[in-house]
Amino acid sequence: MRETSIHSNEYPKKNTTTTITTMTDQEKTDQNNLKKFLRNVIIKGIALFLILSFSLALIPPQSKLGRISLYNIFIPGRVRLPFGENPSEAYNLSLYDMEAMFASHEIDAGSKPETEFRVMLIGDSATWGTLLKPAETISGLINHAGLTACDGRIVRAYNLAYPSMSLTKDLMILDKGLKYQPDLILWPLTLESFPDKVQIPTPLVANNPGRIQRLIEDYDLAIDPQSTEFNRLSFWDQTLIGRRRKILDAIQLQLYGVLWAATGIDQTYPNEVTPAQRDFEADDMDFHGWPPNQLPLNLLAFESLDIAAVMAGDIPVAVINEPVLISNGENSEIRYNFFYPRWAYDQYRNHLAHLGERSDWAYLDLWDAVPENYFTNSAVHLNPEGSQLYFDALLPFLKQMICR
Amino acid sequence: MTLVEILIIALGALALRLVFPGHLRKWGLLAASILAIYWLQPLLPIRNMDFWFPTATLGVILLSWALVADKTQLTFRENIYAILIMVAFVLLIAMTRFISLKGLITPSRPPQFSQVVIALLFLLGLGSLLIYIVKPTPMAIGSGIFGLLALFIVLKTPALASATSLGLRQIMAQDTSLAKFTDLGWLGFSYVAFRLIHTMIDRINGQLKDIQLGEYMVYVLFFPAFIAGPLDRLQHFRQDLENPHPLEAGELLQSGKRLAIGLFRKFILADSLALIALSGGNIQQVIHTGWLWVMLIAYALQIYFDFAGYTDIAIASGILLGFKLPENFNQPYRKPNLTLFWNNWHMSLTQWFRAYFFFPLTRKLRKANKLSAPLIIFSTQMSTMLLIGLWHGFTPNFLIWGAWHGLGLFFHNRWRAMVSPKLAKVTQHKPVLDDAFQIIGIILTFLFVSLGWVWFRMPTFDLAATTFAKLF
Repeated sequence: MRETSIHSNEYPKKNTTTTITTMTDQEKTDQNNLKKFLRNVIIKGIALFLILSFSLALIPPQSKLGRISLYNIFIPGRVRLPFGENPSEAYNLSLYDMEAMFASHEIDAGSKPETEFRVMLIGDSATWGTLLKPAETISGLINHAGLTACDGRIVRAYNLAYPSMSLTKDLMILDKGLKYQPDLILWPLTLESFPDKVQIPTPLVANNPGRIQRLIEDYDLAIDPQSTEFNRLSFWDQTLIGRRRKILDAIQLQLYGVLWAATGIDQTYPNEVTPAQRDFEADDMDFHGWPPNQLPLNLLAFESLDIAAVMAGDIPVAVINEPVLISNGENSEIRYNFFYPRWAYDQYRNHLAHLGERSDWAYLDLWDAVPENYFTNSAVHLNPEGSQLYFDALLPFLKQMICR
Repeated sequence: MTLVEILIIALGALALRLVFPGHLRKWGLLAASILAIYWLQPLLPIRNMDFWFPTATLGVILLSWALVADKTQLTFRENIYAILIMVAFVLLIAMTRFISLKGLITPSRPPQFSQVVIALLFLLGLGSLLIYIVKPTPMAIGSGIFGLLALFIVLKTPALASATSLGLRQIMAQDTSLAKFTDLGWLGFSYVAFRLIHTMIDRINGQLKDIQLGEYMVYVLFFPAFIAGPLDRLQHFRQDLENPHPLEAGELLQSGKRLAIGLFRKFILADSLALIALSGGNIQQVIHTGWLWVMLIAYALQIYFDFAGYTDIAIASGILLGFKLPENFNQPYRKPNLTLFWNNWHMSLTQWFRAYFFFPLTRKLRKANKLSAPLIIFSTQMSTMLLIGLWHGFTPNFLIWGAWHGLGLFFHNRWRAMVSPKLAKVTQHKPVLDDAFQIIGIILTFLFVSLGWVWFRMPTFDLAATTFAKLF
C-alpha cells in the first residue's frame, strides 16, 4: 500500500499528519485475495469443526478411545479407581468413562505375571478407602502382608472399589475387571448398597446405561432397562460440544496423574472431619421409609450376589459383610448408626448369613469387628487403626480362600 | 481474565474501530478504557476498593499528566473534553448503585454518590493546582516519580500493604484482624506506574514535548494492554493513535491468528500446565524427586505460555484498534545463554529498565572511572536484576530471584569475555560441534531459568529451600 501524508489544518490542530491512501490495481487484487482467503478460512474452519464434531457423535460414548492414557506408560497407574470431588487438592477426579478409569489403574499395567495370585476387591467407599492412604486400605494391607498362595504365587491385591453404594455398580466393575484374570474376588458390602432404589441413581451406573443393558441381557439383572434414571445421551450430547466436559475430564485425569505420581495423593485428607453420628432421636426407626420390622427382602438386590458368582465362573467370590459403626450413644438401642436402625440391619444380617450357607459365594460377617471409636466421618469409614483391625479379622478367612 | 472477558475485549476493540472513525476514535478509546478498568478490577475484601482503586488510577494519571504537561502547549478544548469524559464515566459508574444492589460494571455496589463527587472534586482541584502552580521542573517531576515509587513499594511490600489494609479496614469499619497484604489488589498498577514514570523521565530528559490529557490517559489506560502489558513507549503509541494502521483483511487475519494463538497458549497450554505446576501448596506433598522436576518444568512453561498468551491477546486487540504494540516474548526458552534469554523475555519491561536504569547507571559509572569494567558490569547487571525482581514484589524471594539472574548474567558475561573466544576457535570449522554447544547452552539456560523460578514461585524462603533440598 502506498501512503501519502498531508498536513491538515482541521483536527488535530497541531502539525500532526493524517493519512490518505490510494490503491493500485495490484493492491486491489491483493486485498481481494486476502478477503477470499479470509472467507475460505472461516468456511473451512466451520466445515472442519462440523465434520469433527459429528464424526465424534458416531463413536459410542464408551468406546476404546477412553483407553488412550498416559498411565502405566509414563505415569504409574493409580492404586484406586479415579474419584474426587475436589480435583485441585485430591489430584483426582470423578469421571464415568469406565475405559478411561480402568486405563488409569495399576491393574491395567501389562499382562498378569505367572507368579501372581491376583485378588480383586470391589465394593464401596469403605473398601476404596475414604480418608485412608492407599497403604492403609484393605488391599494395601493385603499387599503389605506378603502373603503367598499355596502354590507359591505371591498374593497381590487390586483395589477396584468405587465410592458409591450400589451393588449394580459393583457388578458393572466386576464385569469389566474379570478380563484382568483375578484368582479371587473379595466383595465387602453393606446393607445400604442393597435397596433396589439406590441401584441406578449412583452416577457411575446412571451414566453407563449401555453396560447395564448388557448385564441385564446376559445375567437377567433385575433392573428396568427403560428407567428414566439412566442418563441417556442424545445425538447432540455425543457431538464435540456435548462431550466437551467429558473430554476435559479425561485430559485432566491424565494431567493430575503427574501430581499423583509425585505425591502419592489421590484424595483430600482434611485436618478435621465431622465424626459419624452416634446419638439418635428416640423415635428414629426409619430405613428408606419402610415400616419397622418389615424389611422388604424382595426390594433388596440380594440376587446380585448370585449374579456375581455366575459372572466369576470358577473364580471364587467372597462376600464380606463389612464392619459398621455400632454406636453406644443416645438411643443406640434403636439404631446402630446413621444408616441402620437395629431392626433392619439385624434382619439383613440374618438373611445374608442364610444365603451365605447355601450359595456359590463364600461369606464372612465382620459387621462388629471394629469398635466404634475407630470410625471416622461415616458409619462405614475407618481410620488406619480400624482398617488394621478389620484386616486382622479378615486375614484367617483370606488365607483360607487363597488356598481353597 | 476469563475467556468471556477476553472475547469481549477483542470484540469491543473491533466495534470501537468501526463505530468511532477518525478523531472520535481517541475519545471512544478513552471511554472504553475507563469502563474497562472498573469492569476488570476484581472484587476486594475491603468495601468499595473495587471502585476506589480504578478511581485512584485515574487520579494518579491526572496528577502525573499535570506534572509532565507543557503548560504553554495545552489545548483547552481537548483537555476539557478528556476531563468531561472521565468525570462523566466515573459518575455514570457510580450511579449504577441506584439501579442495582450489586455492581453492574464494578464487582460490587459503588460507594455513596456524594463520596464519589467529593473525591472527583478533590482530584480535579489538585490537578488544577498542579497545572497552574507547579512548573515541570526536574525537582517537581522527580517528586512525582518518588511518590509513584513510594506507592508502588507500599503495594508490593507485604508488611506495608498489610498495614495499609488495616488502616483502610478501620476507615471502612471492617474487621481489622482479617487485614492481609493481598487485600490491596490494585489492578494494573505496576504497569500504570511504569508507564507514568517513563513519561516523567522523558519529560525531564526533554524527550517528551506537548502531551494533552486525552492521549495521555489513553496511553496509560489502553485497555488491551492495561493488565499485563506490553509496556509501549508513549512516542510510539502516539504515532499509532494519530495514524492508526489500516484495518483490512490482512490485519484482520493477523489479529485473528494472534488471538487464536494467545487463547491456545493461555487457556489450553498454560491452564493445563497450571494443574500440575510446582506451587507453595504442593511442594511439601512431593515425595519423588523426578516428578518434582516435571512439576518445576511445568511451572516454567506455564508462566511463559500464560504471559505470552496474554501478550498475544493484547497485540491482537491492538491490531484491531490500529496499534502495533511491542512484542514481549521471542522464544526465550530457545536461547542458548542467559543474556539472550533476557533479551527475549518480557522484552518491554527489560527494555524499560535498560533505558531508564541500566544504561544511565553504566554511563555514570564509566564516567566516574573509579571501577574496573567487570565491576561496572557486575554492579549494573546485578542492580538492574534486583530491581526487576522487586518490581514483582518487595519480598526476600523476589530479591533472591533477581540476584540469581544478576549473578547468572555476570557469569555469562565473563564466560563470553574469557572462554567464548577460545571455544569459537575450536568450533570454527566444526558446525556439528557448534550445534552441540548451542543445544547444551539452550538446555543449561533453561535449567538455570527454571531453577530460578523456584524463588519466584515459592512464597517463603523456607519453602524455596525445601524445594531445592528435594530437587537435589
